[in-house]
Amino acid sequence: MFESNILSLSIWVPVLAGILVLATGNDERPGLTRWIALLGSIAGFLVTLPLYTRFDRADGGFQFQEGYNWIPSFNIHYHLGVDGLAVPLILLTSFTTMIVVLAGWEVIQKRVAQYMAAFLIMSGLMIGVFSALDGILFYVFWEAMLIPMFLVIGIWGGPNRVYATIKFFLYTLLGSLLMLVAFIYLFHQSNSFEIVDYYMLPLPLSVQLFIFFAFFMAFAVKIPMWPVHTWLPDAHVEAPTGGSVVLAAIMLKLGAYGFLRFAMPIAPDAAHYLATPMIVLSLIAVVYIAFVALAQQDMKKLIAYSSISHMGFVTLGLFIFNPLGMEGGVVQMISHGFISGAMFLCVGVLYDRMHSRQIADYGGVVNTMPTFTAFAVLFAMANAGLPGTSGFVGEFMVILAAVQENFWYAFLAATTLILGAAYTLWMVKRVFFGAVGNSHVAELQDLNKREFVILGVLALMVLGFGLYPQPITELTHATVEQLLTHLAQSKIPG
Amino acid sequence: MTEIQKIYLLIPLLPLFAAAVVGLFGRKLPRAAAHLITIPAVAAAFGLSAYVLIDVLQGHLFNGTVYTWLISGGTNFEVGFLIDQLSATMMVIVTFVSLMVHIYTIGYMHEDPGYSRFFSYISLFTFSMLMLVMSNNFMQLFFGWEAVGLVSYLLIGFWFTRPTAIYANLKAFLVNRVGDFGFLLGIGMVLYYLGSLDYAAVFSIAPQFADMKVSLIPGSEWSLMTVICILLFIGAMGKSAQVPLHVWLPDSMEGPTPISALIHAATMVTAGIFMVARMSPLFELSTTALSFVLVIGSITALFMAFLGIIQNDIKRVVAYSTLSQLGYMTVALGVSAYSAAIFHLMTHAFFKALLFLAAGSVIMAMHHDQDLRRMGGLRKYLPITYLTSVVGSLALAGIPPFAGFFSKDAIIEAVHASHIPGAGFAYFAVMAGVFVTAFYSFRQLFLAFHGEERFGHNHDDHEGDHDDEEVSADHHHGLAPGQKPHESPWVVTIPLIFLAVPSVFAGLLYIEPMLFGGFFGNAIVVRPEHDVLHHIGSEFHGWLPFALHGLTAAPFWLAIAGIASAWFLYLKRPELPGVIQSKFMTIYRILDNKYGFDSFNERFFAGGARYIGGKLWQVGDVKVIDGFMVNGTARLVGRISAVVRHLQSGLIYHYAFAMIIGAFVLLTFFMKI
Repeated sequence: MFESNILSLSIWVPVLAGILVLATGNDERPGLTRWIALLGSIAGFLVTLPLYTRFDRADGGFQFQEGYNWIPSFNIHYHLGVDGLAVPLILLTSFTTMIVVLAGWEVIQKRVAQYMAAFLIMSGLMIGVFSALDGILFYVFWEAMLIPMFLVIGIWGGPNRVYATIKFFLYTLLGSLLMLVAFIYLFHQSNSFEIVDYYMLPLPLSVQLFIFFAFFMAFAVKIPMWPVHTWLPDAHVEAPTGGSVVLAAIMLKLGAYGFLRFAMPIAPDAAHYLATPMIVLSLIAVVYIAFVALAQQDMKKLIAYSSISHMGFVTLGLFIFNPLGMEGGVVQMISHGFISGAMFLCVGVLYDRMHSRQIADYGGVVNTMPTFTAFAVLFAMANAGLPGTSGFVGEFMVILAAVQENFWYAFLAATTLILGAAYTLWMVKRVFFGAVGNSHVAELQDLNKREFVILGVLALMVLGFGLYPQPITELTHATVEQLLTHLAQSKIPG
Repeated sequence: MTEIQKIYLLIPLLPLFAAAVVGLFGRKLPRAAAHLITIPAVAAAFGLSAYVLIDVLQGHLFNGTVYTWLISGGTNFEVGFLIDQLSATMMVIVTFVSLMVHIYTIGYMHEDPGYSRFFSYISLFTFSMLMLVMSNNFMQLFFGWEAVGLVSYLLIGFWFTRPTAIYANLKAFLVNRVGDFGFLLGIGMVLYYLGSLDYAAVFSIAPQFADMKVSLIPGSEWSLMTVICILLFIGAMGKSAQVPLHVWLPDSMEGPTPISALIHAATMVTAGIFMVARMSPLFELSTTALSFVLVIGSITALFMAFLGIIQNDIKRVVAYSTLSQLGYMTVALGVSAYSAAIFHLMTHAFFKALLFLAAGSVIMAMHHDQDLRRMGGLRKYLPITYLTSVVGSLALAGIPPFAGFFSKDAIIEAVHASHIPGAGFAYFAVMAGVFVTAFYSFRQLFLAFHGEERFGHNHDDHEGDHDDEEVSADHHHGLAPGQKPHESPWVVTIPLIFLAVPSVFAGLLYIEPMLFGGFFGNAIVVRPEHDVLHHIGSEFHGWLPFALHGLTAAPFWLAIAGIASAWFLYLKRPELPGVIQSKFMTIYRILDNKYGFDSFNERFFAGGARYIGGKLWQVGDVKVIDGFMVNGTARLVGRISAVVRHLQSGLIYHYAFAMIIGAFVLLTFFMKI
């Protein structure tokens, strides 16, 4: 049964591990809890590996499918399956979960079991989102995964966590409800909740526009696209390090994935019709948000804005409707998962020592933390899109693709070369370089072994995919081709 | 893989491997390990490069893929090598200068706590630069392009506690990124219109697009090739520090002197020159782009030379001289004398690396005081440094038979023979530049090595500590009163001598093959109507007649006049420069402010971006989106719910009733769609 249930295992192994952690959790003996959580996350990662090794790269359709009746009266199925878009994101999720568990190791002293369990369960639910092929199943995972995130921010978050959580909640709730309405409508039209059936469903343009808008509200908030992005900086600032990592590395990708899985293939004519506005919003994200990032005084806010700006490349790549752009968008998602995760971990390393995220409280960290600075500069360079790091690949592909659509799109997108470097390296200069800024910086201890391993693994990923990104595009290639072929066909009846 | 292909691969990988070992484990290894690992690696790379060059000159060219980086959208993005006369020449220059600098560093960085880090960086640089010049496609070119920028960033900021150094490296990176911005768009245009990023494919298809027009701004049509070439050249302007993107190079002198020689004089800054020469099949298709290149180069050549006159920091004189000489190379590119540009790149690499390393030797002897006003009479104490500096200065000033004479004279002749728009101005600029170059380089030589000894005094007496450049004055220790300077150790002087040899001979030996002998084969393409070198070549009868003819020509006398003026003003009548300065205060101020580029950039671009960022954040995000839309919605909801609260009776059947009605309404709504 394990052969055919890889996806179920990928979802439920971390969830069960999370429940186990909760059950055995004991704040008196947090060591055991941590080890169980770590082993659970490793098991969770291992069960997802066959998705990579056994994935048929020539097949652009859904693989590893599983289907059971769930609520027969409404034709709702427990139907799982993945294509080349979902597999890299699932692997990113299970990988990030291990990182997050390790990152919270000694840092979290309060309610360790609940903390670890939240991330494990969240991991399973997010993999569920990426592998659900039934609308309602997707919706259930989609909503359920938010709950652990609310808890993570609400319980282990910073002083203003309640505001941040509510803002996050309201933003996402508003979007998700419209998506549910869209699903109900589609069910009404097709008597099915199968996503694949929706792909085949002819729809007039007016309806497609409505469907697209409903999905747009759900997904644009998640990415987040300008102007529905303001929840993200607040959520990041209040979230504990692990929360920020998952938020940036995976949750943001859910929005882009949603466009690829639902909004675009279900309403392809609307997607084409609205391509220009979507590109404009993406470019606003790239340029406007980069300027905003430049003005930030708080490291986490700066990286949060940087994330929004980088996600602009993803949506830009998707709505150019060419293979280079779309694959560039996917590569950008994966790469951003590593880089933004690493950047937030770096801030976490500093925050754990100094309890401040303000750039002005630092200066000359390199003098006391040389190894850490080497990592931080590497990730900063990756964030600034330096070739040889994964940060370059997606941006490069999307910019090249944008030239083919319209020179000026590429022109605006390419400003990230300057602006991205400006806000990232200016922060690096103020935090890491210079003479020792104050007595607290003078007492900083360099990375411990655990932190070294975490950042080292991420550095290998960032460099590895920078020097050889082919493994990602090999996975996505057939699916992107198939999707673009699908998108090129009108679904308007008549 | 054949033997020779393994050698191609080894050449960049050896320095990379050395850099990785020293970079990762340097702190655990003994100090000497840093140079014991990197120097053999770079020496081997140099030896193999020389072997490859000889092999190439026997006609064994290579163009092939190492591995496929990415396949997407029907395009293969590959990492591969193109080994031809041009790349092999560059490989030899890069590895040779790098080797000299590696050896020199043993002496120069002797006491520095970042010893192994420094060796790791310069080996990494050697790798990056080799990947850049060996590339057979645009993507890898961009890789190397940015990678050398990264190492430059790390090395300018090597002394990371100095505020000026970490300001300069950020500035260098960002200004280079402005160039890369254009470069990347150019690459995008190449891929879109010419359908490939592979040099060979692009160059062979490009002539078919010579007459194609694109309309980037509605209503105005541009030649596609002009657009592509200008975009690519913007990249070269950043890397090769052409006006107005030159502003980073003088500040890059904050880095240790060995890298000023290697990166900011001999190799990295010439990457733009190399790139345009490599792209000659494209640039030849657009006279407009060539004119643009020519004018930018002329402006840089002349106006940056002026700035060299008033510098008091010994490294900054050399830095402005580098800017000006890069302008000369760019001028050569503009008149399609690509091989003259590469020829000057080569001679310049030798004599400018020499001048920088000699300046470094002086700085060491002066205990890290870089101010020319506190030197003087050093030739007695630093005989080897002095003699090699004289060689370097003569080569730079273009006195026959030193190397710089041949390469610079060839450029001047080429400009003279050219008829493309802008050539007249360029001719004036390069001629005037000869005088200025000779003047500032000998001013530096006289101030440092001749005249009275001005060192060993207290530092309070020096006037004119005027600008931010000297914020780092606290790092200038200087000699204590009565202390005498000493000649540098052999690890420093040997590279000086090794660089002095080609500074003398490289010109006369290679002018004939490189410029007129078809040395570059098909690596450089020139259209017959642009071929000014061919025109000069018809009157070329060997290096000696060329040199003798040079003695009767204007540039030589301009150079002599420059040297004589420097002698008169700084040795004969040393009180005069002060008088002249006060008489022409306005001009002095303009030069002292470097034509105002820095303050303009600081205010307009840096300040402007911060201002816009602050406003977009505070007004756009905080006030409009959060304040009005988000919290406004929340307030609205609050107000409505205050009303709706009356509906919350707490009675289950009220709710159930409301739900049924709601469901009914929704269903009706959907049935209708």
